[in-house]
Amino acid sequence: MLDSVLIANRGEIARRIIRTVRGMGLRAVAVHSEADADLPFVREADDAVLLGPANPAQSYLDIDKVLQAARTTGARAVHPGYGFLAENAAFARAVIDAGLVWIGPDPEAVERMGDKINARNLMEAAGVPVAAGTREPVSDLAQAERAAKEIGYPVMVKASGGGGGIGMGVARDDDSLAKAFEQACRAAARFGGEPAILLERYVERARHVEVQILGLADGTVVALGERDCSVQRRHQKVVEESPSPGVTPELRERMLAAAVRAGEAVAYRGAGTVECLVDADAQDFVFLEMNTRLQVEHPVTELVTGLDLVEHQIRIAAGEVYSVEPRSSGHAIEFRVYAEDPRRFLPGPGKIGVWEEPEGEGVRVDSGYTAGNTVTPFYDPLMAKLCVAGATREEALERGRAAVAAFRVEGPKHNLPFCAELLDHPEFVSGDYDTGLVSRMRKS
Amino acid sequence: MAEVHAEMVANVWKIVVSEGDVVDEGDTLVILESMKMEIPVLTEDAGTVTKLQVKEGDVVQEGDLIAVID
Repeated sequence: MLDSVLIANRGEIARRIIRTVRGMGLRAVAVHSEADADLPFVREADDAVLLGPANPAQSYLDIDKVLQAARTTGARAVHPGYGFLAENAAFARAVIDAGLVWIGPDPEAVERMGDKINARNLMEAAGVPVAAGTREPVSDLAQAERAAKEIGYPVMVKASGGGGGIGMGVARDDDSLAKAFEQACRAAARFGGEPAILLERYVERARHVEVQILGLADGTVVALGERDCSVQRRHQKVVEESPSPGVTPELRERMLAAAVRAGEAVAYRGAGTVECLVDADAQDFVFLEMNTRLQVEHPVTELVTGLDLVEHQIRIAAGEVYSVEPRSSGHAIEFRVYAEDPRRFLPGPGKIGVWEEPEGEGVRVDSGYTAGNTVTPFYDPLMAKLCVAGATREEALERGRAAVAAFRVEGPKHNLPFCAELLDHPEFVSGDYDTGLVSRMRKS
Repeated sequence: MAEVHAEMVANVWKIVVSEGDVVDEGDTLVILESMKMEIPVLTEDAGTVTKLQVKEGDVVQEGDLIAVID
């Protein structure tokens, strides 16, 4: 009987999962580090266990400590959120071996999709379009140079086991390739991954569009529409919206069908995301990677479909058999409120003096902090997600402007001024933008 | 003489130069880490590193002295 869920995460996502868990009448167990003891997610859980010091390796990434917390609190299931242990197949196995319910896909699917080279090859075999790139791991620079010559510059260089844009770089010639290759190797080593590097043809002026899928307990996979995540800095998302203004109904149909094939290829269960690059001019797309977990930006899909994705994750993990009829209406936009300066996007941790969230029709705020909390340098800079929905994109933009203006944060540096700037930027307002938008905004 | 200070709260992830090293404008002195991001600390002046105030693993606060270039 699934009566309690341990949330192996922190901040806004832990809090958001706790909300659904408790709403379903289940007991929510939080785990936290010393640095996070005062955050809302610890307070709002039914039970909370201190894991250890701020350093993630000694707290949120320590599998033994997390499982021990499940034992002492009697939690019956584990939700990993995103980041930390969410795409760690060894953790998923350890949870299952401990007799607990793992709220995520089979460890095997996590493993097969976690290796980006393997994922690419698998998708190609399943008939999902992929960009020209390396089919085997590249382990030295000479090999990388040969591969780049074959693929043709510019190329994207990334660590096969990496994630979140960390260690990714674009190379336009042999010189910049050496730099990008070294950076990717460093990231791979640092995050404990294999020194396996992947090179892929880089698409200029592309849009980053991803499809939300849900693998149901009976084995069917449904696609719940797309999210456009082209507003990025340092290859990391800042703003996401659904539907994508750069995707025609015909392209959407092809992308959703491909995403379903991708999910079926790994017998996917639960919520997952198939990330693609879209060439808006050619109305064509290629597979980028699959994220075998709940995505940061899942609220935009929830706002247009009316579904609670966390609830579905839990029901599917519990083995409940039912079907889902994908339906969506209106338009939703998410703004990630980061603790960073709005010009150069450099981290700006600090103590929060004022924290006043906007309210109103079509406004949803998923936040991890409140007044009096301290944003520490130990974790990612995401403080909150400000989401707005409207009947049309215009209405969502208008609500976004009002909500950004009404959101008051004092203490840490934050990027709300950037969000306001974006909402008045002609390219973003027109909907005709690509992943180069933020760097173009910062060139002048 | 020029002092180089930390721009934010961060952990000192990597020390790139040693005291006595000769550096050029734009060279990286140390790499800080904050919020899962590597932040290289560069010198705006050419000269010799006469003082290195931090070591790997240290936590620096905004405004803390990192190095002196002479």
